Amino acid sequence: MARTRARAGTAKAGANLPFLYRHHDKDALKEALYKMHLIRLFEEGAEECYMRGLIHGTMHLSIGQEASAVGICLPLTDDDQITSTHRGHGHCIAKGAEVSRMFAEFFGKTTGYCRGRGGSMHIADVSKGNLGANGIVGGGIPIAVGAALSAKRLKNGKIVVCFFGDGANNEGAFHEALNMAAIWKLPVVFVCENNQYGMSTSTERSTAVKDIAERASAYAMPGVIVDGNVLSEVAEASHEAARRARAGEGPTLIESKTYRYRGHSKSDRNRYRTKDEIEDWMANRDPIALYEAELKALGIVSQDEIDAVRAAAAKEIAEGIEFAKESPAPVTADLERYVYTEPA
Amino acid sequence: MDAQPRELSYAQAIQEAMVLAMEADERVFLMGEDIGIYGGAFQVTGDLVHRFGEERVMDTPISELGGAGVAVGAAVTGMRPIFEFQFSDFATLAMEQIVNQAAKMRFMLGGAVSVPVVMRFPAGSGTGAAAQHSQSLEAWLGHVPGLKVVQPATPHDAKGMLLAAIDDPDPVMIFEHKLLYKMKGPVPEGHYTVPIGKAEIRREGRDLTIVATSIMVHKALEAAQTLEGEGIDVEVIDLRTVRPMDRETVVDSVRKTSRLLCVYEGVKTLGVGAEVSAMIAESEAFDFLDAPIVRLGGAETPIPYNPELEKATVPQVPDVLRAARDLVKGAR
Repeated sequence: MARTRARAGTAKAGANLPFLYRHHDKDALKEALYKMHLIRLFEEGAEECYMRGLIHGTMHLSIGQEASAVGICLPLTDDDQITSTHRGHGHCIAKGAEVSRMFAEFFGKTTGYCRGRGGSMHIADVSKGNLGANGIVGGGIPIAVGAALSAKRLKNGKIVVCFFGDGANNEGAFHEALNMAAIWKLPVVFVCENNQYGMSTSTERSTAVKDIAERASAYAMPGVIVDGNVLSEVAEASHEAARRARAGEGPTLIESKTYRYRGHSKSDRNRYRTKDEIEDWMANRDPIALYEAELKALGIVSQDEIDAVRAAAAKEIAEGIEFAKESPAPVTADLERYVYTEPA
Repeated sequence: MDAQPRELSYAQAIQEAMVLAMEADERVFLMGEDIGIYGGAFQVTGDLVHRFGEERVMDTPISELGGAGVAVGAAVTGMRPIFEFQFSDFATLAMEQIVNQAAKMRFMLGGAVSVPVVMRFPAGSGTGAAAQHSQSLEAWLGHVPGLKVVQPATPHDAKGMLLAAIDDPDPVMIFEHKLLYKMKGPVPEGHYTVPIGKAEIRREGRDLTIVATSIMVHKALEAAQTLEGEGIDVEVIDLRTVRPMDRETVVDSVRKTSRLLCVYEGVKTLGVGAEVSAMIAESEAFDFLDAPIVRLGGAETPIPYNPELEKATVPQVPDVLRAARDLVKGAR
């Protein structure tokens, strides 16, 4: 990460700018920052609501992984589709979901994206192409390949991004799905967000290869490693993978190396990693701090603008929580709705 | 001179349904292992790849979990896949996608999507294929809200139920008994559907109701023929759909006959007949029963290789005869 900080400190406008700044204007760069803050604040807000007993069940927070979700979704249109994971709040927001309806879902309300039937682990926004988070590790990977098959057959120009974690790369579904995507040359981008622990088990202990991107070679597709905490690196890899997919050149596997600050879920006692390790990531490799430093070093935004972006995101979060609180709860008489499609 | 009704085999009837659906709707396509040039393990897809091409008659790698998931993903995003399992036993490799994804996706997303996937499962014993290629797992999938599970017993229903399944917006699992593939029967030309969730009375009778599924319908009908000569008048109901189960037809029949025998090939314990029995025990027909309900199901064993042992594992016509006689005479 020394590399990243050095770059942030020395990059000058116009002179070998990192990818992100060559391809996106100031508005888009600010929008990306806004989304990163929105994700961070959403999850902090959700966590607080959980602690206060307003949200039940469990949740898997992606705090610390915001650059990965936002960077990957940057080259996507609203028509492009994603499949997400149990740690999927960031993906959902990055793909354009409204935080109010996400909070409403977590509160189990009818105004939630899943009408209170799904909760955090099944959050989805099909209208923006998010086919859903998934409670099963690796469960969304074959589904993403199926969505990509549809796109190819229907010739609708869509591409599909399939998010999953390092844990999923040891599921059979991962291997079966990557193989099929490759033999059929489907427009799909596989994104492994490697936060280094599948629950408590480190990738060193769980995975035979050093880098998960190496597994791409088994399926004859490019495997790309990026620093998942550096927005520009993530966006650049995603841009190229999306280009390949749209051009009919087939799938790509991106390994986005990142870190989650919080435990796996609400039951995590954090016995498998040190406080020093966590604090090092938070202090030196925070994706939002890195991006803000870069934006300032390049003279693109001022601290005042950054403060305004964060304040606007905080306002949207506060309004979202209020919306969720005030929304109606489902009635038990409707329990069996949505199991099957109701006759028109 | 009356025109003879056209006869097709069960396998031909399924193929005809697929052809009609693929001709009518570009979104319909077939996926499965060796369904292309090989024609499918039971020649159900036959030469369709020559007619529709490899994109619509897609051979998959031997990846049941991934393949089923691809079908689910394609269904959610606008296609109409028909996924063939080579043997129903291989559903065990794909249970994650069937049970956690296909069945629940609509519900989990609060109705935002539907999953119009059809999965076909060649099922049942009698081929000498032993324990891992002979099971009847319909009750497993019948236990899952969100799925529809059917077991057509005739060529007519095989075509009509497949066409109904393709039209259905929800995931439909079709269990096809392998010994039925070559059975011939009248099959109307053109498009028609047989409703999912509706049982069929194959033979009317007064003394005893037999609720049978799949190939057991034919064994029940054969037994009923013999019993008629003994003065026992049997009503045979072809359940046709395991989920959602047609309560009304079975309850009405048992109210009339006062006796119930369930005949099914899946393992007896916790099988389809257990549910039919419980449905009657809980219903207004219970007070009409003149004898305890009897279940004839598969033995509590894996399917053995030896042909005599294999036959002994699942109900045969003499078993049905014995059970029916005991039920009727025992109560008199």
